[in-house]
Amino acid sequence: MTDTARSPRAHAEMTDTARYWLGLVAVVALLGIAPLVLPEFWRRFLTEILIWGLLAMSSDILIGYTGMVSFGHSAFFGLGMYGTAAALLTVSPPNLWLGMVYGLAAAGVVAAFVAFFATRLRDIYFSITTLVFSQIFYVVIFTWTEVTGGENGLTFRQPAFWIPGVVEARFTPVTLHWFVLAVVTVSYVVLRRITQSPFGMVLQSIRENEPRTRAIGYAVERYKIVAVMLSGIFAGLAGVLYAIQNKFAAPDFVFFLVSGEVVIFNVMGGMGTLVGPVAGAAVFFLLRELFSRYFTQYYLIPVGIIFTFMVIFMPQGLLGFARRRLR
Amino acid sequence: MVYEQILIQTVNGLVSGMILALVASGLTLIFGIMDVVNFAHGELFMLGAYVGTTTLVATGSFWAALLVASVLIGLLGAALQITTLRPLLGRDPLTTILATFGISLVLQNYALWQYGPVARKIQEPFTGHFRLFHLDYPYYRIVIAVLSAAIIGGLWLFMKYGTYGIWIRATTQDRVMASAMGIPVPLVHTGVFAIGAAMAAASGVLFGPLVGVNHAMGLDLILRAFIVVVVGGMGNLGGSVLAAIFISLAESFASIWVSPAQAVIVSFVVLILTLLVRPTGLFVPTPK
Amino acid sequence: MLSLTDVHAHYGKSHVLHGVSIDVAAGEVVGLLGRNGVGKSTTLKSIMGLVPPSSGKILFEGRDLAGLPPHRLARLGIAYVPEDRRIFRLLTVLENLRTGLDRHGVTEARREALLEKVYRHFPVLRERRAQHGGTLSGGEQQMLAIARAMMLEPKIILLDEPTEGLMPRMVSQIREIIQVLHGDGVAILLVEQNVPLTLEVSNRVYIMEKGTVRHQAAAAALRVNDAVIHQYLGV
Repeated sequence: MTDTARSPRAHAEMTDTARYWLGLVAVVALLGIAPLVLPEFWRRFLTEILIWGLLAMSSDILIGYTGMVSFGHSAFFGLGMYGTAAALLTVSPPNLWLGMVYGLAAAGVVAAFVAFFATRLRDIYFSITTLVFSQIFYVVIFTWTEVTGGENGLTFRQPAFWIPGVVEARFTPVTLHWFVLAVVTVSYVVLRRITQSPFGMVLQSIRENEPRTRAIGYAVERYKIVAVMLSGIFAGLAGVLYAIQNKFAAPDFVFFLVSGEVVIFNVMGGMGTLVGPVAGAAVFFLLRELFSRYFTQYYLIPVGIIFTFMVIFMPQGLLGFARRRLR
Repeated sequence: MVYEQILIQTVNGLVSGMILALVASGLTLIFGIMDVVNFAHGELFMLGAYVGTTTLVATGSFWAALLVASVLIGLLGAALQITTLRPLLGRDPLTTILATFGISLVLQNYALWQYGPVARKIQEPFTGHFRLFHLDYPYYRIVIAVLSAAIIGGLWLFMKYGTYGIWIRATTQDRVMASAMGIPVPLVHTGVFAIGAAMAAASGVLFGPLVGVNHAMGLDLILRAFIVVVVGGMGNLGGSVLAAIFISLAESFASIWVSPAQAVIVSFVVLILTLLVRPTGLFVPTPK
Repeated sequence: MLSLTDVHAHYGKSHVLHGVSIDVAAGEVVGLLGRNGVGKSTTLKSIMGLVPPSSGKILFEGRDLAGLPPHRLARLGIAYVPEDRRIFRLLTVLENLRTGLDRHGVTEARREALLEKVYRHFPVLRERRAQHGGTLSGGEQQMLAIARAMMLEPKIILLDEPTEGLMPRMVSQIREIIQVLHGDGVAILLVEQNVPLTLEVSNRVYIMEKGTVRHQAAAAALRVNDAVIHQYLGV
């Protein structure tokens, strides 16, 4: 009997994984259908949440999994944006994939820079340095008007979706949304794979107890470098998507406050969960919409209070809180 | 011509260096004693400047403005520390960075809400210039530098002599043993935070006449202040004063050739060099 | 005056104290002996609130100490001299003493008297009073740590391995100061590896093993028959 019947545990595991994938597909499907039924404003809103969600996910790799608080994600994001702008403005006709490549390369270069420092600095020093990096890029972009458009940024045409020989079509808001959804979903799956892998486990071990991880024999520096590069590139990807969606690049996005907002998404949603930060981004933007009705542009006052409150009393974020409740 | 420019910029650098030192010393003190990186320090500076403007309008006295701002913001600092930072004692330092960041957002936007986006002006307490080569150099700037130095000097004296100074230094070195000696450590923490906040507020009032008072003035400053604290050695009072002057001078000289917005990069470069060469602080004596 | 009843304590997940019960009467010198790692230091730390007990009661003059921070305990009259001395290295000797001396309700005259007393017993501290604590030798730092505790005018001093690493001449000084304190009516809970010294100065002795008290006896009895000590300490 025992060789034909599966052990209950294996059966349960299968259902768990199956359940997970089912859930993911359902969510993606929902997000895919949404733009067809939502009014224009909320459609854009949703697309933007996805992009910020990707940025938040990338930041989670560092904050949630490796335990390195980066205030520099605005640099990766911003440079992804400007890199894309560069491609779309200098190469005619504007090419979607080239834009992506330029953007990712730009973000990658910055990430390499930051990675170099990541290995030599701990904790607070690392955080402050990443903050400084954001500002360096901000200042350079802001003042180098001839190249970057300075204060006003750069505007450009949206590239068409192009697969050589198969299709070339301009994006509609709906198809753009699907494109973004596809990119973000794939990124999520990839990142999840990575965080669940042995590599991801080592990162978490570094977060929990770095000296011990090193003592066991792991080359912590190398892991950190890879983590930063990974984080930076996906953040750059978010920047690329943002540029494509909005057709402009502006220095405001490189200002360190943007990094701060990303950190808010991470904390509110739940660090170290990948999905949490996306939820955090969604909650943040929803709160912003909600509070804007009553507080107009001062929505950050109540949101800031909520954030601080959560840091103190709910450090595991909404997701962690929900998880505990469900148990 | 250039010689003159250099000399003028030296004076400018010293003046802004002293103000920066005033802010940075509070920051480094707070870090040294409770391992808290106070992101909201720039906002305390900013609110100090605003309270200064209000008091100035109400009383017409610059000195009253300085006093009231310091005291009020000092109290605000104490309140903030008690409500949001005390519960976090012993937790991950990451959490305090995040908490103070959250506070800074709230304070910044509160100021925007209360005072509006238009910059305000604090009148200099006295006008009058003296001749510095071909230029008229305002007395007021020299007075700010002297006042800042006096406040820092006062702090140093307070720390060196006096019971509370001993309490603060003991708590900074060994929190646990300080407590075992009967020193009320939680109170000391609150006190130091309040002092740091008051110093930041005083800076804001002193600096007010030089720039416009607006809700974002803390942002620019906090970045510089962080750099100063790291370059000077975190927790090192003397180091941060020296670093503040050094960085301000460097920036002032740089602004002879580039725009002030770009001169800021100098401080970034100094930071990076420090982190590469001597991360514990450029102005910290090598530990024995 | 001080009583621990079935105190358990953990360092993280590690269960270090498995039910410690100890009493110290006013003015008594009580020794705590045991091999390395049995939890003697941890017992002192848990009294002082540095390692809060996970269960059990600690009473001082009838008052439950649970949840009280160390600075309150110091004010109640419990002084602590830790194993690694932990003097304030960047403060001068005098400033170190002042951390205990500068208290409410102590007159200038009383402070002078306390200082004089300590300088009399530890002349080297008077010599070095303007020097930074970090420049003192190990033995001198130990003197300072004890002197500092005396500044609190405590009712009981928790002394953790005061003679560790000291030269014999300094060990005598420790013996002397314990006797002086005893003469002044200060209770002492002494954790030590130096068995002869402990037996000499204590009224009673507890022996600990594996996080709990195994044996209790009057020091006088143990001086005569130390078989028990050999049994637990293997000395």
